[in-house]
Amino acid sequence: MAETVRFTLNGRPAEARPGEVIISAAERAGTYIPRFCYHPRMEPVGMCRMCLVEVSGPRGATLQPACFVAVAEGMEVTTGSDKVKKAQDGVLEFLLVNHPLDCPVCDKGGECPLQDQTLAYGPGESRFVEEKRHFEKPIAISDLVLLDRERCIQCARCTRFSEEIAGDPLIDFAGRGERVEVATFPGRPFTSYFSGNTVQICPVGALTATPYRFTARPWDLDQVESTCTTCAFGCRVAVQSSTNRLTRLLGLDADALNQSWLCDKGRFVFESVNGGDAPEAPHESRSGRLVDPLVRKDGELVATSWGEALAAAAAGIRRATEESGAGAVALIGGARCTNEGAYAWTKLAKGVIGTDSVDAQLADGLPGELVLSLPRASVDEACSARAVLVLAGDVREELPVLFLRLRTAALARATTIVEVSPLETSLTRYAAVSLRTRPGDALAVAEALVAEGGAPAAPSHPEGEVVAPDELARARSLLREAGEGQEGEPGTGVVVVVGRPSLAEHEDVVAAAARRLAEALPGARFLPALRRGNVMGALELGMAPGLLPGRVSLDAGREWFAAAWGTVPERRGLGAAGILRSLADGGAGARVRALLVVGADLPDDFVDAALARRALERADFVVAVGGHPGSATDLADVVLPAAVVHERPGTTCNVEGRVSRLGQKLVPPGQAWPDWMIASELAAELGADLGFSSADDVWDEIERLAPVFAGVTRGMLASAEAHDGVVVPRDPGAGSLRAVLPIDPMSTPGVESVERQGAPPRVGLAGPAGAGPAGAGHAGAGRPAGTRRLRLEPAVGGEPVVAPEPGAGLWGSAQTLPVPHVGPADAYSLRLCSTRRLYDAGAAISHSPSLEPLVGRATARANPYDLDRLGALDGDAVTVRSARGELTLPCVADATVPRGVVAVDFDVPAGDGTRNAASTLIDAAEAVVDVRLESVR
Amino acid sequence: MTHFDAETAARARELVKLYPEPRSALIPLCHLAQEQDGWLRPEAMEEIAALLGITPAEVRGTATFYDMLHTEPVGRYLVSVCTNIACLLGGAEELLEHAERTLGMRAGGTTSDGMITLEDAECLAGCDRTPCVTVNHRYVGGLSPLAFDQLIADLRAGRRDGEVPPHGTLVRVRRNGGLRAGKEQIASERAATADAQAARARAAKEAAEAQGGGA
Amino acid sequence: MAVTDAPRIVTARLGHDDSHTLERYLATGGYEGLRKALTMTPEAVAAEVDAASLLGRGGAGFPAGRKWSMLRKDPVTYLVVNGDESEPATFKDHLLIERDPHQLIEGVLIAAYALQVTQAFVYVRGEFALGLERVTQALNEAYDYGAAGTDIFGSGFSIDVVVHPGAGAYICGEETALLESLEGKRGFPRIKPPYFPAAVGLYGQPTVVNNVETMSNMPWIVLHGGEAFAGLGEGRSAGTRLFALSGHVRRPGTYEVEMVKTTFRDLVYAPVYGGGVLGDRKVKAIIPGGVSAPWFGPEQLDLPLGQDEVGNAGSMLGSGAITVMDSSTCMVRAAWRITKFFARESCGQCTPCREGSGWLERVLRRIEQGEGREEDVDLLLDVSDNIAPGLQWPPQQTTICVLGPSIPSSIHSAIDMFRDEFLLHVKEGRCPGG
Ligand SMILES: Cc1cc2nc3c(=O)[nH]c(=O)nc-3n(C[C@H](O)[C@H](O)[C@H](O)COP(=O)(O)O)c2cc1C
Ligand code: SF4
Ligand code: FES
Repeated sequence: MAETVRFTLNGRPAEARPGEVIISAAERAGTYIPRFCYHPRMEPVGMCRMCLVEVSGPRGATLQPACFVAVAEGMEVTTGSDKVKKAQDGVLEFLLVNHPLDCPVCDKGGECPLQDQTLAYGPGESRFVEEKRHFEKPIAISDLVLLDRERCIQCARCTRFSEEIAGDPLIDFAGRGERVEVATFPGRPFTSYFSGNTVQICPVGALTATPYRFTARPWDLDQVESTCTTCAFGCRVAVQSSTNRLTRLLGLDADALNQSWLCDKGRFVFESVNGGDAPEAPHESRSGRLVDPLVRKDGELVATSWGEALAAAAAGIRRATEESGAGAVALIGGARCTNEGAYAWTKLAKGVIGTDSVDAQLADGLPGELVLSLPRASVDEACSARAVLVLAGDVREELPVLFLRLRTAALARATTIVEVSPLETSLTRYAAVSLRTRPGDALAVAEALVAEGGAPAAPSHPEGEVVAPDELARARSLLREAGEGQEGEPGTGVVVVVGRPSLAEHEDVVAAAARRLAEALPGARFLPALRRGNVMGALELGMAPGLLPGRVSLDAGREWFAAAWGTVPERRGLGAAGILRSLADGGAGARVRALLVVGADLPDDFVDAALARRALERADFVVAVGGHPGSATDLADVVLPAAVVHERPGTTCNVEGRVSRLGQKLVPPGQAWPDWMIASELAAELGADLGFSSADDVWDEIERLAPVFAGVTRGMLASAEAHDGVVVPRDPGAGSLRAVLPIDPMSTPGVESVERQGAPPRVGLAGPAGAGPAGAGHAGAGRPAGTRRLRLEPAVGGEPVVAPEPGAGLWGSAQTLPVPHVGPADAYSLRLCSTRRLYDAGAAISHSPSLEPLVGRATARANPYDLDRLGALDGDAVTVRSARGELTLPCVADATVPRGVVAVDFDVPAGDGTRNAASTLIDAAEAVVDVRLESVR
Repeated sequence: MTHFDAETAARARELVKLYPEPRSALIPLCHLAQEQDGWLRPEAMEEIAALLGITPAEVRGTATFYDMLHTEPVGRYLVSVCTNIACLLGGAEELLEHAERTLGMRAGGTTSDGMITLEDAECLAGCDRTPCVTVNHRYVGGLSPLAFDQLIADLRAGRRDGEVPPHGTLVRVRRNGGLRAGKEQIASERAATADAQAARARAAKEAAEAQGGGA
Repeated sequence: MAVTDAPRIVTARLGHDDSHTLERYLATGGYEGLRKALTMTPEAVAAEVDAASLLGRGGAGFPAGRKWSMLRKDPVTYLVVNGDESEPATFKDHLLIERDPHQLIEGVLIAAYALQVTQAFVYVRGEFALGLERVTQALNEAYDYGAAGTDIFGSGFSIDVVVHPGAGAYICGEETALLESLEGKRGFPRIKPPYFPAAVGLYGQPTVVNNVETMSNMPWIVLHGGEAFAGLGEGRSAGTRLFALSGHVRRPGTYEVEMVKTTFRDLVYAPVYGGGVLGDRKVKAIIPGGVSAPWFGPEQLDLPLGQDEVGNAGSMLGSGAITVMDSSTCMVRAAWRITKFFARESCGQCTPCREGSGWLERVLRRIEQGEGREEDVDLLLDVSDNIAPGLQWPPQQTTICVLGPSIPSSIHSAIDMFRDEFLLHVKEGRCPGG
């Protein structure tokens, strides 16, 4: 119901939505009302009083805060009367009374709402001759954020953000009256994962971020709109640079996505693009980056030309295929690629070399066939589902802004969260039910959740039940209630967020659980909680065994792609673990001999680091493609320098299947090339022409050949309507266009003028995303009604080849995934649980000087009961021993860890410098990892 | 390890239970902590935060809004001199200046022996006996400079300990089961206080007479 | 001097030293009002209060009966009693809390019954340590006596009352700030609308907030009937009212007087009240209703102590605090001190109040210390105008609560009435009074 409230704005009729506040209705009608504290994504507080307007009422026209007062039918609002002007002038004069006016040395100078609004609405001169209020100039309230209390105008934007949006109020107003200040608690810094947002929304220079401080003047900044690919959530950002160095990222408001917020990792990890120099280092160099192709000569990697390096790479590949067939070459990586890069590498590997042993994931995700075949949910759908079942790691650590969205939705009672996780997570306190499990239990718990009939059996263990039966019963009824009164199959109203609750549990365990849920709840939709940058784009474009580009299985797409490319692998290849096992242990009959590592942190980022290290050492030939030097490049025979994010244009895909554009802001350093170009040139060296001379060419082919992207043309992606991206498969019926105004112009200074000058007002694609029409079953969507079916006319006569439907063959293929057997742990062992942390030892963070110090040190967290049995006290060193390896770590007594479980964070270094401590314990072949703990004393 | 001693902790839990929402107990708990420690120690604020399910930053942020909650140490006796309008008309500024002089510090300071903190207070709602002075929030009436000096001397000598309880306004307040001190105890305390007051009044009178005689 | 023979309603018991004890209370008709109320329907009790035409005694003077009738019906509703009393020179509730706590508790119980609320809170200013002790003691005794808690006097009505201490912040007297404070937050007044806690109050539930004195009138009103109360005073200003008289009078103190029938002059000069100005000096100005109120000069002394009478004369009875300033008073100093109070007590939310109060205070201090400039006087007025546009009465505001527009009251009054004195300070570089 599109009710409207009619009112009068400055004498002219205007309309508002029911409940809409004056400031917003006026803005939509083209009248900007100045403001400081108002932020449309937060509760209004009406504190700054900058937005006072005259509102007619029973006592005549009175001054009212436009940010707080809702428009009422017949209301008369005047925004420019003398009385309003005097009030605005007065408020600005008051704000400046105690303001230090140190604009020349303030980061905000030049893009400061206080400056701008003073110019537009304020007094020309100051009448204040008294001594100003003094505070100690900037104090560090965390490693990333500084606070200058003299500049603060007490708008409560930052404190409201921390409380309302992030839910970790580590800052709060302290004091009273003129002495009100933003403050942390002594010894408890503002270590929020979302602290950077407070800097962005601060309307003055009170909060500044160390990575940006003093690096640029706003008027020197160039910017481009782009998408953050730090995780797979895909927040929209403005990327800003100065003199070919990145200086800052700002969150843009994408209603369906990040709603203007970013996590600190996404915001500050740009430092790694600059090369990881400390901010004060010379601006020209990007010394931490790979800038030249390298070839190993006499055991040493030496810089060379592209020509020589590509020839060497091609020779190595050719040698392997000639001796042992196409299957002797494998490719790991691709999640850091653009969609275009991923497609080009798939085409090279599967269409030119002819190997299907390609995997963008490092055994840390879920099988590609499964991810692509589950009916997909959008983020908005997850946030408005009757029930959202979270079977994943800690969402705040892995997809931080998804956590913000789910938290907000749960608090607003827009959805009900049911969580299944071995450890307490950040969502636990917002969940209606949180089931504690042990690694390995996922399938049994899924079974218990959907089993027909009465009380299902929860998995049991030597220590007794982990999942409380009454909690399980509540979870069951919440899932059942979600479907009540809804049309459709069982599970309608349920969205499952499925990821990896523990990386020390085989992906097949969770995959089996997800399959069970999908079978029992055919109406449910799934949001994959995969974390790596463009991992979804890589999967969609075929970078996994058994897949071809455009969401089709190898078998279903064979004919089509064979017609288009000439050749396609015969058999399903190996996944990352299989590739590495084959390389490492294949012995004489090894199938895989040469490895292409495309932007992957091998061996350290692999769940089973020992295996990966052995594999790289034993491989005949390794080509590493990447932006930063690392262990893979150290072990490679040929190293090819790649442009990284913000250095190449293209597109990316997020967890929803939302395609959005990446902006290029920098020229790549040295000789670095974009990913698609490296693949093309390597193909050429191998005697094949991929047919691309630009990233645009690649997209055009994707749109033409990859079924799920049909109709998503470059023109569409570049259009103003696609500002928030386009979810595939695109449903043309849902694409109603609507104007989107910049939601908080104060926090994205200048963004509107970039790329959009002269363009029509911003519009976004609204409507449900993801899965296709009902009845598409598990085809991962099906072809939306009205889209044209791709076909290829043969060159000479014969039947045209018709493209498979998106999703073709995937569900069937997912059925063939093994269901692992999880044996019981013996009474002396604890089951290892390893989850990701936002700040890990990965390449991006280790090359970001501001974030690197925030990486924690690995510990062994266990229930005090288990530590007690061991005779270990909190803080004692314990040895954790698995069949794979052993490690000595300080232990932490944590009553929230279930008995019989020990938690070691993933990809976090041990005190002795071991980079990914947990991975030394994990055996990628095992369903679960059982470990023994020994007290070292 | 908890910072609150067993009794304080028990009372804290009782207080939290009084309210529909735990956070409502924030101010009472801060008073309780001050009763134990004299001021709001960081450890106490952390414990309060844990009891109420909020962050220490929120406890501190809220506490610092209120004048009676001290996040810095205060002396054993908090001497508040009202200087607001009615007391101003009754000579409060002059009394405060006198107090600052004799105590050798500005309002807001604490004597080096940690005994006296002097406070320039807003209206204490005792405007009929000006300038109004309180010690640990117990009224000691409108004071002349001379009487003020006597008060300080008495406090230092512990002569007022019976009637001036420690910091915290809940000291003798118990929600359930009445005052901690039984009725009889309170009655006898009151009698002792009355006696002491009478004795002081006599002494003051004698002193004044002696002085008057000397002048 | 008109000293009417109206009965003493809320101070009847105060002649006794042990007025705060249950024994004395019961010996002087205590809890009879509650017993009687419990025999009536809640609506009938509320009707008596409405008939009494009792104006709230907290400052705004809103009719209690009207306020009660606005309480939104919800399963959970609250009654909150405002005993924060921090308006400078106001000390009447202090008296009632310390000296007759049972009367307050009885009033609360009657009101709780009439309103059928589910819980009641008595918010007592933190500095009232003895008062807190006495109210708590009284409450405990009331529980023991069967007057509070479950099944009061066998009537089937139950109510839980909680005494809540403040912690030193004037703004917590503002009813929405008080609710925030009671929720364990800093005392930031809530932005309006909603205008009345009766719709959205404590924990978002419908809530009635009433002053201590308002509550203390309840037992008498129930026992004697609303009509009897309305028969005292005149017009809208019914009954008797407590006035806290302070400043340059011989006998400062709290006096219960019949409204309208008594004038400012009566209160200042009658031997049973103020007993005249100290040293028989002349009245230079009076603050008629707490420091938020515009001042009166001696020519207004004959105004009756009535809500509308004072309102029409451009000020308010406010909290019932009347401060007399005699001819020896430096008006710059008085205005400065009051402004300093507001600067210290502004909660800090609204820009005009937070920054304006401090600015005004600094300018006034400068003038008082002899470093003023002539233009400062008009600057004071213009800055004031930016907090309370038009400097009219009742004030318009640019702020969330009325603390903001209260700041200019004394400044505007002082300059209006004594501009010469300001200019003399500037010219002579010191206080001309010495
Ligand atoms: C700044 C400010 C301070 C106030 N202080 C008090 C106070 O200390 N006590 C009080 O009863 N009302 C005070 N009030 C008035 C209350 O907001 C409210 O009107 C009153 O408690 C309602 O009770 P009543 O209707 O019984 O008068 C204050 C109002 C303001 C704006
Ligand atoms: S007017 Fe002053 S006291 Fe009232 S809410 Fe605003 S800042 Fe706070
Ligand atoms: S008061 Fe409305 S924007 Fe601040």
